[in-house]
Amino acid sequence: MISKTVDKKRELSINWKLLRQVILGLVIVAAILFFNARSPEKTSAVLSSTLRYAVPLILGALCGIFCERAGIVNIGIEGQMLFSAFLSYMTNVWTGNLLLSLLVGMLTGAVLGLFLAFLSIKLKLNQTIGGTVINILATGITGYFYQTGLTTQGKLWNIPLGPLAKIPLIGPVLFNNPPITYIAILLVIFSQVLLFHTRWGLRTRAVGEHPRAADTLGVDVFKIRYWNVIIGGVMAGLAGSFLTLEGVGMFERGMTNGRGFIALAVMIFGKWNPISSALAALFFGFANAMQIQLQFMGIQIPHQFVGMIPYLLTIIVVSGFVGRSRAPAAEGIPYEKE
Amino acid sequence: MEEQTPSQNNWLKKVWFSVRIPFLAIILALLVGAIILLVSGANPLEAYWQLFKGAFGSWRNIQRVLEKSTPLIFAGLAVALGFKAGLFNIGAQGQLLLGALMAGYVGFAVKGLPAYIHIPLALLAGLLTGAVFAAIPGLLRAYSGAHEVISTIMLNYVAINLSDYFSEGPWKDTTPGNIVSRLPAIQPSAEIPNIGPVPVGFIVAVLTSLLIWFVINRTTFGFEINSVGLNPHASKYAGMRTKLLIVAAMVVSGALAGVGGAVETMGVVGRFQPGFNTGLGFDGITVALLARNNPIAVILSSLFLGAMKGGANTMQFYANVPNQIIDIIQGTMLLFVTAEMVVRWVFKLRKQRDTEITVTSGWGQR
Repeated sequence: MISKTVDKKRELSINWKLLRQVILGLVIVAAILFFNARSPEKTSAVLSSTLRYAVPLILGALCGIFCERAGIVNIGIEGQMLFSAFLSYMTNVWTGNLLLSLLVGMLTGAVLGLFLAFLSIKLKLNQTIGGTVINILATGITGYFYQTGLTTQGKLWNIPLGPLAKIPLIGPVLFNNPPITYIAILLVIFSQVLLFHTRWGLRTRAVGEHPRAADTLGVDVFKIRYWNVIIGGVMAGLAGSFLTLEGVGMFERGMTNGRGFIALAVMIFGKWNPISSALAALFFGFANAMQIQLQFMGIQIPHQFVGMIPYLLTIIVVSGFVGRSRAPAAEGIPYEKE
Repeated sequence: MEEQTPSQNNWLKKVWFSVRIPFLAIILALLVGAIILLVSGANPLEAYWQLFKGAFGSWRNIQRVLEKSTPLIFAGLAVALGFKAGLFNIGAQGQLLLGALMAGYVGFAVKGLPAYIHIPLALLAGLLTGAVFAAIPGLLRAYSGAHEVISTIMLNYVAINLSDYFSEGPWKDTTPGNIVSRLPAIQPSAEIPNIGPVPVGFIVAVLTSLLIWFVINRTTFGFEINSVGLNPHASKYAGMRTKLLIVAAMVVSGALAGVGGAVETMGVVGRFQPGFNTGLGFDGITVALLARNNPIAVILSSLFLGAMKGGANTMQFYANVPNQIIDIIQGTMLLFVTAEMVVRWVFKLRKQRDTEITVTSGWGQR
């Protein structure tokens, strides 16, 4: 009897979930079309602003996902972003070569990833402390070496993707962006496939959930962890480069301004899943864009309350009030070979 | 006399064993700082000398060091107490911020009280705000399993937004000519006075450290907190109410952080202004780990950090070295003091079992 009702419930809940998602999707599309019919410029401005705000969060969240899926807690995303933003900006100042600047940013993120991996895997340092060290050092070192009054030759500009960019509404929003935005969108798909449809992804998740079992089956736990944290670092590096090469176009002290931590929130909100996290980042970006629009229209919601939304939602999600968000089981624990 | 020497030796040895890692970590961090100074073309000796002079060069400077150390002691105690209970209170920052805000509000909005009532009242406001704000992650950790590292990081940003809102909106300083978002200056009756060069807040901080030491080492509550921190399952099996203890530890930790913010507002800044206490909660992490979670040692490590902060401006002015070198030294110190392996490897020290501390578990576990 009991098992039967449970089964029934489960079946029902799956249907509800799908239905809910489909309805939500349709409502969003309908709303966008409705507003687009009323004022096309404003709609595409809001959507573009949503995407611009979301890109560094998406990349930061991907960094978190790769690290945590392999069992390494990374709260140093903020520091990785700041450091990469600084060095790719400086490269741009010195050489004026945007591609080189981008590569330097990615490399910086990767090196800091390696540093975090070394601290937590080799030295078995508490991973939360390791991340805090990266954050403090990034603030200190970039602040120490930064000088005001530097100029660059330019930043990354939009690349319209031929006829695709001419599609009304979708074209200007999705297919007329600077390069890192395209890279971010591709990386979401790439990460989803890598994590859930390849051998590497299976091993990564196994190492994050039960390293002992993975080890028994011949998976090199340390190697998987090192590489995932480094890959994550590249993503955080891209996020940093986005800020200085594409978003703002210059560097300021402490310019990441908590984005690394919102990225952490995005990751949890997206349940450690690349596509869900990207959607979560878009949602946070949309809240931000709406608040700006409302201010233009003269409706004053204090921006601080909109600013709180991502954090409050994350707390609600980790507390399990709305759906359960479960972290990889072996996260934060150094692995010791027997 | 002859017979006492070995025991004296042992005592010295014991002290050396307990301070050697933090001590060597400080030395290494100063060396790393010196290398960065050299690379950037500054003279490290000159910079450190100016730093030292800026910290201890005059009675006024010493007073500033004591002022800077006071909130650090409270933040350090808050983080240390959390660690004792197996909780990593990264949220000390947010609790401190809201404590500073509420003390600032009570400080300016309540008028006509004598100082001996107004000061405790404003301190109490800071204490309660910190305690309530820390109760949230405590309750979530105990009853829903949400890891306190995540929830307190998120709450830090909620606190920043809240305090920005109040200092830009309802509680904004409306004196003519003010364009900055901040609260009005507190009443003179809420200002914490000094005795000679010693701020009264510092004395309160030292007394609080002694109190926390006593609570941790000599009371049942302290014993149970320690026990929960070391092994929650065994503690539960032994009949302790672990969930309640986790909440209680968080509340006390938040109360300490809140008082730290209040003392900063009432003794140093004179009003609440966003940005004036940024990072104090994170400094608390360094203070606590440098002190190896010992409340008495928290006083010393706060004084050390406070001296660096107090001397930083003089160094920047006379040695022409950016302030941020302090952050670099602090980050390196934190790294070395927690990554004992590095220090041991550099100085070829043997491992000592009792010097190890567990900090916190990952948030995968329940």
